[in-house]
Formats: sequence, structure tokens, C-alpha cells
Amino acid sequence: MKALTWRGVNETAVETVDDPTILNDRDVILEVRLTTTCGSDLHLLGGYIPAMRAGDVLGHEFMGEVVEVGRAVRNHRVGDRVVVCSFIACGQCWYCKRELWSLCDNGNPNPALTEGLWGSSIGGCFAYSHALGGFAGSHAEYVRVPYADQGAFTVPDGVSDTAALFASDAAPTGWTGADLAGIAPGDTVAVWGAGGVGQMAARAAMLLGAEQVVVIDRLPERLAQVRRHIGAEIIDYTSDDVIAELKERTGGRGPDVCIEAVGMEAHSTGPAYLYDQLKQQLRLQSDRPTALREAVYACRKGGSLFSLGVFGGLVDKFPFGAIMNKGMTVRGAQQHGHRYIPMILDRIAAGEISTEHLATHVMPLDQGPEGYRMFKNKEDGCVRAVFQPGR
Amino acid sequence: MSTRTAGGVALVVGGGVVLAVRRLQRRAAEPPRSPGPRSRWRAVTVDRSPEEVMPDQQVPAPLAALGDLVEVEVRPAPGDKGTELRARLRVPEPTGMASAAGRVAGNDPRQRVRAALREAKQLIEVGEVLRVDPTPHGRRTPTPTGALVERATDLAPGEGLL
Repeated sequence: MKALTWRGVNETAVETVDDPTILNDRDVILEVRLTTTCGSDLHLLGGYIPAMRAGDVLGHEFMGEVVEVGRAVRNHRVGDRVVVCSFIACGQCWYCKRELWSLCDNGNPNPALTEGLWGSSIGGCFAYSHALGGFAGSHAEYVRVPYADQGAFTVPDGVSDTAALFASDAAPTGWTGADLAGIAPGDTVAVWGAGGVGQMAARAAMLLGAEQVVVIDRLPERLAQVRRHIGAEIIDYTSDDVIAELKERTGGRGPDVCIEAVGMEAHSTGPAYLYDQLKQQLRLQSDRPTALREAVYACRKGGSLFSLGVFGGLVDKFPFGAIMNKGMTVRGAQQHGHRYIPMILDRIAAGEISTEHLATHVMPLDQGPEGYRMFKNKEDGCVRAVFQPGR
Repeated sequence: MSTRTAGGVALVVGGGVVLAVRRLQRRAAEPPRSPGPRSRWRAVTVDRSPEEVMPDQQVPAPLAALGDLVEVEVRPAPGDKGTELRARLRVPEPTGMASAAGRVAGNDPRQRVRAALREAKQLIEVGEVLRVDPTPHGRRTPTPTGALVERATDLAPGEGLL
């Protein structure tokens, strides 16, 4: 079959690879209909997540049709149209039973790598390096889905393929942050990053009762999407002072909840950005926490910070004094998508969540390398490049 | 690999300091142990009752396959967290250069214990052990980092902090 593979730093290619096969009784094989780039892929592409091997098939946000089922699969049949959670979780361990799905004990066959890095292993993830299991990704004609009864969700009639696609990762990741950040009715929520995840976090915050939601970014096309499709306020950090603007809009308090949806390759306009770039390129820190720092400073006393953007290892100059002295609550997580995807699909069907607008550039898989270039460089207003392996 | 290596070194150093402090604290609080090398209990917590983890005191198959290499026990985990399934080598654990060489070569007995514990947990909780290979992939260009990742992956089931 055809697949889009990682060949090296900032290099991808479409190659012919073996078809996937059922390896466990709980697997299904999916014929991929749509599969999208994600901002977190850029960390893989750029070599910031080092446990990649040349030839790894990329892609972790996808939907398609079931073409083969393992003998222990109960919830799906050949022909089902499903969207699949990016994280791989068993549904049987202590964490899964408490709906902390991305922390699954049994989803990652390579637990030693993340135990060494973080002290504990977490669940597996499609195409997110060998540290998260080494599973082949969805930028291919077919993909194997382990634990399919838990991780694959039938798409309701009336929800288009494109709308369902983002129920794989962007929407449930955003919902994870908004939900676990502890938003209360009437809160002001600030979201750093207007990509797919940031937009979905903002929408989730509104649906969870936030009275005021502000999204911060620099890209005009993304900020325009926030206004039009999400209905939140915006701040362009290249033309406004973010901290001053947030203070002004919140009566001097700062946001009650701050959600960082940027991750380890943050941009900014200040000298801290150059400092972080230098340290990252010299490998003196693995992640650039520019937006995270700003979120800490912006947050009101006693407020809550949620880290949704992907961080891999070590950050420098982290304002922990602000966290301690302001009495903040800090949380983070990969998505616990299994917990939210059915509800999100229902809300998409009901018109409460809009996702289709994220697919700004839809193209055949053969154009995958071009799609990643456009996505990485934000060319032509690209918010997400979406691939159609069947075309 | 340099980022991860730097992170790993920092974590190892930091973890070593913490462990050393804890060891000193524990020594102050506990009666002295008998001198000589010992093997550490390694454990997984299984979200099942002790009776489901070791029915009729029957050791789970992956650990039973280790024979006399290990002793095995179960005990309830606190706070409704299931059952701690623990295994310990009957022989002293390798140390120093022998330890490092054995781990790299993949023949350290602790690797067999960790892998067996993880397999036992999956078999009890899920009913099968999750596989990833063979997985579709493109051309594997031979590179030093690729070789490192491949070796780390080969050793992953038996390595880690368990």
C-alpha cells in the first residue's frame, strides 16, 4: 500500500509499504478515508522527538471504514464508518477505568523509553515515535487499530467524514484541557494557540460555561476562524501586549483558566524567543516554553493552568515562583479522547461544535510531502492539510 | 538523540540523588539489614483482586516460566488500586560493569523479570499481550540514531524503572 513516511529531519516521502495485518484479537484494520496533519507532528518532523526511525509511517488523526475485524472485537463490523482516537488504550486497567485513557498501562509495548524519560510510561499513540509504541500511522491506505472496541467510534449518520475526522484528536484534546482545567460557569478562559486544538479548547470552554474566552495567536487566518467558527475573542500577540490586554479585559485580575495549546515549538516576538531558540538548537533544553511562561504570568491568583501543547522533556527558565506564590493549580495531559469522542460526535451532529473549517487544504496522499511543507510553513493560510489515501 | 540523552542523564542524576536521600532516611528509620547484596522486589499493580491475580496461589504463566529464578508474591494495593504482583530474583542482582554489559546485551536477569511482570499484568487485565511487530514501514536507512532506537526498542519490554 501507499504510505507517507518520515525519512529524516523535515523530510517525508510517499513509499510503498506492507499492508497492516491483525496482530491481536482486539484489532481492526481500517481503510483510511481521511487523515490529517497535526501540529504535534511538526515536533516529529523537526527531530525534536528523537525516538523516530527513517521509514516510520506518519499520521495519528484519522477516520475510515472497517475492512477486517479481529475475533475478539464486539462493537464493530466490516463496513462501519469510524473515527479513531489517537491514543491507544486497553479499557481494562486502573487508569482506563477511571477515564484517564491516555495514561493506560497496557497501550505501549515499549514502556521503558518513557519510563526513563518521565518516570512512568503512558499509553500508546499512533505514529508518535517508538517512545509511544512504534505503531504505524494513518497516512496510509490502511491502518491497524489495536483495542478497537475501546478506540474506534462509529460516526453517526449526518456527520460528514471531514467533520468526524477532527473528533480523532483536535476536538477531544481541546475538550480534555477545558474539562480538566476545572472551568466554572462565568469564568474567563484564555487559550494560547489558534490551531485546531486551541480552537477546540476554546469551543469546549464556551460549552462548559465560560463567560469570556480569549484566543491568542499571530496568524490572521486562524484568528479569523476563531471569530467566525468558534465565537471567541482574539488577541494578536504581534500587535498587542498579551498580559496588558488580558488584564484590561478582566478588570485587572487575569484569566481564571489558562490553556496552553502550543507546545514545545512556541513562537513569540520578544527576546525570550531568541533565547529559547538558541538553547533548543544547542540541545541545552528540549522544549521552548515561551507561551507556557506567558500563561503563568497572565493567570489570576489562585487560577488554573492547563498544558495541552505537547512537551517532550526539559524546559528552562520556568517561572515556578509565580506558580507557587500565586497559588496556581497546574495540570496537563495528552487527550483522554475515549471519554469525550461519543459526546463530541453528538455535539457535531447537533451543530454545537464546528470542525470542518479546519480542513483548509484537502489533497491526495501522494501530495503528502507538499501538504506537510505547507502546514509547517503556514503557507496559503494552511490550518490543516488533510490527505485522502483513496484518491 | 542528544536531547533525549541529556534529559535522560539529568533524570538519572536527579533520580540518583533522590534515591540516595531516601535510602539514608530509610536507614535512619529501619533496623540495619544483613550485609551483602540483595535483590529488589519489582512489581506491577494489577486492577484485579489477589484471588484473580494468583488463583489458588498459581503463579501467572510468564513468571512461572522463570522457574526458580524468582520468588513471587501478591498483596492488596492500598486505596482500591487492585493487587501488587511482585517478583524478586533469588540471586543477587548484577552490579557494576557486569550489570551494564548484561543490560546492553539483553541478558540481564532483571530484564526477564520486568518483561514477565508486564506480560502477566496484560494477560490478567486484557487477556493478551499487545503486539506491534511486524508493523508497516518504509525503507529503513541505516543510521546511528536509527540503530540506537532499534536497540532501545528491542530492550524496552525488559528495561525501565520497574
